[in-house]
Formats: sequence, structure tokens, C-alpha cells
Amino acid sequence: MGKWTRRAFIGAGALAGGGLVLGVAGATFAPSRHSVRPDDADATGQLNTWILVTPDNIVTVIVPHCEMGQGAQTALAMMAAEEMDADWSLVRIKEAPALDEYANAYILHAYFGAPRALERGYEYGMYRLARLAGLQITGGSLSVRTTGQYGMRVGGAAAREMIVAAAAKQFGVKASECTVANSRVTHASGKSATFGELAKAAVRESVPSHPALKDPDKYTLRRTAQPRRDLRSKVDGSAIYGIDFTTPGMLHAAVDIAPVFGGKLVSVDTAAADKMPGVKRIVKLEEAVAVVADTYWQARKALAALEPQFDDAGHGAVTSATIFDAFDKALGAAPDMPAGATVVKADYRVPFLAHATMEPMACTVKVTGDRAEVWAGTQDPLNSRSTAAKALDISAGQVQYTNLALGGGFGRKLPGYHDFVAMTARIAKEVSPAPVKMIWSRETDMQHGFYRPAAMARFAGALDASGTPVAASYFYAGGGDGESTFMPYAIKEKTAKGRDAKHHVRTGPWRSVLNSQHGFFKEAFIDEMAHAAKKDPFQFRRDLMTDQPRFKAVLEKVAAMSNWGSPLPPGEGRGIAITECFGSIVGEVAHVAISPEGALQVKTMYAAVDCGDVVNTDTATAQVEGGIMFGLAAAWLGEITIAEGKVVQSNFHDFRTLILSHAPAVQVQFIRSNAHLGGLGEPAVPPVAAAVTNAIFAASGVRVRALPIKNASLKMTT
Amino acid sequence: MTQISLTVNGQPRTLDIDPDTPLLWAIRETIGLTGTKFGCGVAECGACTVHVNGKAERSCVMPVSSVEGASITTIEGLASGGTLSPVQQAWLDLQVPQCGYCQSGMIMAVSALLAEKPHATDAEIDQHITNICRCGTFARIRRAIHTLTASGEGGA
Repeated sequence: MGKWTRRAFIGAGALAGGGLVLGVAGATFAPSRHSVRPDDADATGQLNTWILVTPDNIVTVIVPHCEMGQGAQTALAMMAAEEMDADWSLVRIKEAPALDEYANAYILHAYFGAPRALERGYEYGMYRLARLAGLQITGGSLSVRTTGQYGMRVGGAAAREMIVAAAAKQFGVKASECTVANSRVTHASGKSATFGELAKAAVRESVPSHPALKDPDKYTLRRTAQPRRDLRSKVDGSAIYGIDFTTPGMLHAAVDIAPVFGGKLVSVDTAAADKMPGVKRIVKLEEAVAVVADTYWQARKALAALEPQFDDAGHGAVTSATIFDAFDKALGAAPDMPAGATVVKADYRVPFLAHATMEPMACTVKVTGDRAEVWAGTQDPLNSRSTAAKALDISAGQVQYTNLALGGGFGRKLPGYHDFVAMTARIAKEVSPAPVKMIWSRETDMQHGFYRPAAMARFAGALDASGTPVAASYFYAGGGDGESTFMPYAIKEKTAKGRDAKHHVRTGPWRSVLNSQHGFFKEAFIDEMAHAAKKDPFQFRRDLMTDQPRFKAVLEKVAAMSNWGSPLPPGEGRGIAITECFGSIVGEVAHVAISPEGALQVKTMYAAVDCGDVVNTDTATAQVEGGIMFGLAAAWLGEITIAEGKVVQSNFHDFRTLILSHAPAVQVQFIRSNAHLGGLGEPAVPPVAAAVTNAIFAASGVRVRALPIKNASLKMTT
Repeated sequence: MTQISLTVNGQPRTLDIDPDTPLLWAIRETIGLTGTKFGCGVAECGACTVHVNGKAERSCVMPVSSVEGASITTIEGLASGGTLSPVQQAWLDLQVPQCGYCQSGMIMAVSALLAEKPHATDAEIDQHITNICRCGTFARIRRAIHTLTASGEGGA
């Protein structure tokens, strides 16, 4: 009971109780090189959509992506509902459980009773579907542009065709004569039936392999602002995050991890802590020591009484300065420039950055014999499950994983970065069968991240006699790739080359991955080129966008939004920057004011966004607003430094981030280019740093080339 | 272990607890109300904000012994019956939360401010609302507070 479309496999079957279940899965294309680690070869499958129509006339959309604040679950369900012409108030959303080959039975068992009531034929289709489902990553701003586009739309359209076919038979009319609106199929004769009434019969219709997708001009639900379905639980305190989970008999663990990455536990005297109230067990791991106690506070207190000795894995002499010195050496001389031109040169640097999710790493594991149950909030439930299984030396099938709400992700909880899940599993094994919840202190969280890589860039550019740029090239250390180094400018000579400079600090994907650092580098330098050419930075960029109409439209839009060029009082300035990230082009203008003492105020940020088209206008706007604040927090205040091989910062007092008084007003507008859908969770981050530092230059004449901005003196130089 | 008596969301409670346990962990673990969040443990981020006798306090650094006899309100106690408080409703109307983790503390801090100053100015808002949000919901937080200060009903 299933068919292949070009990109995916569609299967359909009956639910216990007479409903229709339809699934779409695909596994054979890599949606973005940034979505997964490059060495994770099998991590390409993304699609896994399930749509259920039950006799109570409810459409349930099961989404394979977690909700970490981006509103993607609501947007995805909107895409399915739009294709179905379903009544949005009768659509429910559920998150898929972390199971692959047994997902079919599990979903049906969990939501609709035992699978034994299934019709024959269903099992095979669903089995294949589930096998194809692959990972459940929420990252790379992928949810809407892949699952939505190829899963939700196709699934919704297929379900609609099957329901209409069933209605046509029941009415004794042609399917083409039926219309659908608000979860009801109607014929001109006056006959009509709801999706719920037709669900059982729809199961017997053949599954369309190429269901016709709706003409975007006929959208009624998409492109509107719909409230997120999960938000009530996030204003009344009822949402359950990973850290909130409890289960009877649960113990609590606090840990101390070797402060230098790669360090090992050498020794720890547990005599005193063992006797402290509530302490159940002190667990020594290779790289850490954990106290397991009745309550978390008891565990924390006993942990504080330990004086574990860790080695430094030979990295004890590493500092931020030695890392940047190595970058500097690796970069060598700036790129060669043509003779006779006016040459502009500049170096830029950005620090390591923590994700600092508001919810510190937390996980609960219960080990019973050769099985385990795991609860956490991560960006990839299937990977969390396999991570726990590996730590326990059992198969993934022996682990039941439940994903809970995430208190922020930003890349920290992507596959490959579930160290806290593995650690909890190892601790739980020692106290089996008691369940144990491990919570990292903020200090542990801050010092054991997978940081946005520190990076450095060395640019050289050349202007001909008319002030037209003929070259703009750079070398970089700290990571980069073709997408992140792309410049949309028609400049004859532009190359970006990476130079290797390894260090021991753990790094990982951080909201917008490589684009936050390269967005700053490229857009700060092009601004310096514009000033060297004595041209307006907006006009200079625009003149170079001769073969990039989408970039040009975004740039013009954001300039218009910000009243670019209109006079400002002394001490104020505007800066512009534009980048492409995960398929979306975002242009931003920062309007800043700098006091005579050098205090920065970011008054307003303007953003124009071309992400192809927008699904839920409100959540799309919220993602851009949030991305700008996240980028601004990093550009202005964010900094992780290294001394003695360790992270220096320990909490929010020294890893500073935005509060309300810093926050600018934000204005967001979208351009509907109808290009392939781009992401929205991340693309607003990369232009921020350059927009703000370019604005600071316009306001004060100070060119900030090393982030964060807080380390620079912005006192007027004149 | 010591017996500590206090009132939480209108209900009298007697806890058998280590007296130096921060109020945060007493609320989350001993009482079992998990809407109040742990963010930093050093009163920097405000995720743990609750009302102690009507005042916004960061519960992660407040020993439970120091609130003997106090009346505590947590995010779970803000709504009456099924009706959200004006601040909660404004948060929903403006779709403020993203991940939502910091919002309990944010809502508690704003509720306490507006109870005292229903028409708080921007300067007062900036001075009192110093909670951290990493998703970056600040633009909507300010808009939501403005709808409440305009009506003067945020303290209700």
C-alpha cells in the first residue's frame, strides 16, 4: 500500500477505529551540508511525515521535529492542512517518538490502540516507510524547507485526493466535481461529508504517487499569522522540559568534569562526601566524578566537598592568545593584489562562543538489565537514543527514548553533541535500576560546550583608479566553506582559502554555523572597501550586485525600510550588511548611537528577508527578531576565552548576554521571491555583527575588527 | 533535615528539608512545581523568579529557611482557575515565548513590577526587568509590557 514519488515514499493504511493514516518518508538527499556533521554519512534522511484522519473529524499531524522555540511544528502542520483544505481548528499536532523501524506500531499503539486491528497491507508499507525515516534532526533551519516542502505538502495533498475519491464514490459523482473546504467535501448536488465521515472509506482508495500540490495563489492558511499551539504551556508553567522530568524513585546527579578538554580524572577522595546527607553513590568516570543523591541540592553540596584532581591532557599552556597566534602564523601574508591598484587590507577576529541555552544540559536515564529508558530534550531524538545505547553497550532497540521540550538548542543539542546523554547513561548504569537525573550546573555547562569556533580572517582588496573594486580575497583560520565565504559581488578576483590551525578546544555548530563568523568578515571588509572608494556603503554594494537580483532586491528593501541616507544627529550612524545562509538572504541595517563616553546603544535593527515564501508570518517574524538578538548578544558581549587550556568564563556574570535594556527595536519585512524555501531559524544571525560594527564606524569613526564589541573603545577619535 | 512551613500558591505546606536548600529546589523537587526554572544558580538570569510576599525574588540563591512563614507564588499560581493573569494573556496575545524556558521568570518579574507600578516607564522597565532570554524575545517582551502599561491592568 505505498508508492514512490520522485523524492519520497507515500504509504497509507487504516487506523484501529476506522481512520486513515498516511505517511511520507524519504532518505536519499542531503538537504544541506550544514545540517549534520560531514562525517555522518547516513544522516541524510529527513522526511518523516504522518497524517491521521479520525472519525471524530480531527486531522492529526505527527511531525518529526522537536519544538525548541522556532514554531516549526505549527508551521509544518499548516503546510499539511493547507494542502488538505482542512479546518485549522480541527488540526492537532504531535511530535514523533524516537523510534525507527517500529515507529508504525508504536505510533498506533500510543495514540490509537494496539496495531493488531490493522488491515493487512498496512504493515508492510508502514514498515518500509519507517525504515526510510532516518534521523529526526531539528537543525540547519531545515524543518519547513524539507519536511514541510516534501513531506507535509505531499502528504496533505495525497490524503486530500484519497478522501475526495472516497467522497466521489459515496456521492456517485466524479472526483473532479467535488470541492473541499474546512475539512468537508461538497458536491454541487448538495451532498457533503466531513473528513471524519470519509476517513474509513478513504483507506480503500489507491495512494496517489504524484498528488497535485496546491497553487500558492490559492493559499488561505499559509502566509497568515497563526498562534503557536504549544505556547499556552509556556506561559502557565506546565510545559515539561528535559530538566523537569521526574519518575518515581528518581535520584539526582551533579558532576564535575575535567576542566581541560581531553583531561582525565586522576584521583578523588570521597570519604567525607560519602557520609553527607542523601548521598547514594559517588561515581568515578574517566573524565568526571558524579555524586548521586536523593535530591539535586544534596548532590551539589557533596560535589562541592570533593576535591577531584584532573590532568590537563598536555594542553595546560594553551590560551586564547596562543590560539590566535597560531591562526596568525597559519594565515601568513595577505592575498596578493594586482600592481598599481589602491590596496585595502584588514584582519578580523571572532572569539569562541557558548550556546548558553537557558536550560543547562539535563537528562534522565533508567537502566534495567539490558534495557534503558532515556528522557531529555535534544535536537535529534534518534541520535540521543543511539548515543545512550553506545554508552551502555547495548543496541538502540534496547533503548526507549522520550524527547521533551528544549530550553533552547542553537546547535548544542544536535547529533554528535549529546555528551550529556552518554554521561547520564554511564552514571545510571552504576545505580541501576534506580532512575537518575543529571543536571549540569551553569558553570559546567559554560565550560563544557561545543563552542562556535574562534576564527580569524586576513583580507586584501584592490580598487582601480575609478574606485571600482577589482579584487577582494581572504585567508581564514577556524573553519569555512563555499557557502559561508560566498560574496554576492561582481568583483573580478575574489577567493577565500582556509588555512589549518588546530587546537584542542571543542567546537560545534552554533546558530548559523560557519556563517556568523564569515558574515562578519566579508561584510565588514566590503564596508571598508566602500569607504576606501569614498562611496556610500549601500550604493557600493548595490552597484556590485549585477548578477544577483535577489540580493539586490533585499538590499534595496532594507535600505528603504531604514531611510538609508537620511540625516542623523551627531554620534549616530547606520550600518548595512547582507548574507545568505541556508537558502535565505537577509539584509540588515543597524541604527546605533554612541555617547561621548563611548557607550553603545543599538536603537533599531531593520531586516529584509527573502526566504522564498513564508508559511506562518508571525513565527517567521519571531525567528528573525530572535536571530537578530542572538547575533547582537554575540557581537556585542559574547566571548569565551581560554587560559591554562580551560574556559575562563563560568556563568552569566562573565559570559554576558543581552537583557531587555540592551535590546533594540526590530523591524522585519519579507520579500516573496517564490525561490526555493529557505530556513529562518538561523539566517538572521550572520549579518548582525557587520551591520552593527559598520554603523559604529559611521557614527564614530572607530572600526571594530575584533569581536566582541564590548572590548573596543568607542570613544570618538576626533 | 528541618521542618519549614510556608504557603505556596495559597496552600500551606510543611517541608522536611535541608534548611540551606535554595527555595528553587524546594519548589521544583520537594513540592514538585517545575514551572520555576533553574538557569544559573547565582541570581544572574532570573529564570527562577517567584514572588515572596508579593515581591519578585530570585529563588536560586534564597535558602528555604529564609522564607519560613512566607507566602510564595510561582508561575503555576498566577492564573486563577483557568483564566490566565493579564501578563500571561499578553504574553500569549503577542506570542512572546520561543523556547519558553525563561518566560516563567520573565512573567513573574513583570507581574511584580506592574503590581507596584501599573504604568511603569521604559526606564523603570529596563531597571527592573533584567532577566536573560537567549532566544531573543525582547522586542515582543517590551511590546507586551507596553500593552499592559497602557491599560494599567498588568498588576491585576
